[in-house]
Amino acid sequence: MAELEVLAVGSQALVEDLGRPGLAHLGVPASGAADRASLAQGNRLLGNPAGAAGVEVLLGRFACRADSPLLVTLTGAPVSATVDGEPAPFGIPFVVRRGQRLALATPRHGMRTYLCVRGGLGGTRHFGSVAADPTSGLGTPPLAPGDRLPIGAASGEPTAGVAVAGVDTARDPVEVRATWGPREDRLTDRSVGQLAEAFWTVSPQVDRVGIRLDGVALSLRNDEQLRSEGVVRGAVQVPPSGLPVIFLADHPTTGGYPVVAVVADRDTDRLAQMRPGDRLRLRPHRVSWAAD
Amino acid sequence: MRLLPCGESAILVELDSTGERDALHDWLHSARPAAVASYVPAHRTVLVAVATPALVPSVADWLRARVLSDPPSRASEPSSELVVEVAYDGADLAEVAEHLGITAGEVVRRHTEQLWRVEFVGFKPGFGYLIGDTGGLHVPRRESPRSRIPRGAVALAGDYSGIYPSPSPGGWQLIGHTEQVLFDPDATPAAQLTAGTTVRFVEAVARG
Repeated sequence: MAELEVLAVGSQALVEDLGRPGLAHLGVPASGAADRASLAQGNRLLGNPAGAAGVEVLLGRFACRADSPLLVTLTGAPVSATVDGEPAPFGIPFVVRRGQRLALATPRHGMRTYLCVRGGLGGTRHFGSVAADPTSGLGTPPLAPGDRLPIGAASGEPTAGVAVAGVDTARDPVEVRATWGPREDRLTDRSVGQLAEAFWTVSPQVDRVGIRLDGVALSLRNDEQLRSEGVVRGAVQVPPSGLPVIFLADHPTTGGYPVVAVVADRDTDRLAQMRPGDRLRLRPHRVSWAAD
Repeated sequence: MRLLPCGESAILVELDSTGERDALHDWLHSARPAAVASYVPAHRTVLVAVATPALVPSVADWLRARVLSDPPSRASEPSSELVVEVAYDGADLAEVAEHLGITAGEVVRRHTEQLWRVEFVGFKPGFGYLIGDTGGLHVPRRESPRSRIPRGAVALAGDYSGIYPSPSPGGWQLIGHTEQVLFDPDATPAAQLTAGTTVRFVEAVARG
């Protein structure tokens, strides 16, 4: 079987697919690619099923070698890459021949670049998914130099002549769609306004579990503790510090702090590409069915 | 019952009693509508995730119309009882006893003599929040959480007892440990503890 040999991993390199949804009642997070849209884009270019596994490379500096010819793509955070020293394209399929070394530089902006391989990657499978969830200890362990990843059989046809753009987080501030609830009534009236109007800065505390925002500290009406309850990806949780945390792919299935708004599912992919220091505004609206 | 929006495609159902919570959980367990993608029961809530945003209003109608007016007959299969063997050698056992004003032996007696039930699973894969039927072991969380608690640690916090299924940080009071594996993603089923499982703790016999 064809294999991909990992040579360098940079800050972190993880095998990710679309995760293991539907198991939250067992405490198992959905996990999967932090930016699912970029992974799916790479797979589409290669003719792979949308959920085929690729490598999620945090802040570049990943390198690998193929033991047979491979068709690959880079999507997500735009990055310069080379194949045996020659420039490789971004956002369109290219070939890495047997024994050649593919190396990624550091992305110009964004956090996570996806390396997809025609046929998809294998790994340690738990609950039907090879997605690495280091917090829960599920799926493929974080990659290390010397790891060899099996490559699956190619199925569909690659797309020719179409290039996709990398993620764009250059806009300042990034507008993030959200819905109010379930616990916005825990905020003071003033803080309801602040959440929607303030400019928030992504703090240095960002990982696959969530991102913490810096900005004005929100006030809760009382400190009566909430009992733990189920939470979703995109949940905007307000801990006692008043600085919101937005949950991403590896979030725990329950949480004990009030969730005052939820970021639109598609926009959580963009949040996973925001760097510390990037600014955003939350645009919460009311959910129509709950209006009556 | 209150239905609270939780994003574009989920509803947080807040219930007035644990009985209502159990009834909704039974509905979802035994007759889950196809539109419901997943659900997470908790203390007084059930988070219901819907397959697509467009189906949320009809799931909301289903919840309002059927669940409380027409509770399902409880699953006829009796909930399984799991026996967990515990060595009561936890680092916080003496402190727990002191907080409750009883001896360490009395903590062990109260822990082993009541029947515990998994109210819900959360925090970590396979971590069950266990409620005892007679109580008497209410303790606060530790003021500073530990950075690493080993797998199998048996702990108390608030009304709950729990067993750490894998190593993790945590703030619960440790009273003992078990060698039993309660969550193994390679096993079928992976989780020994699911909502409704009853648990009896027995003191492990010291092995010479």
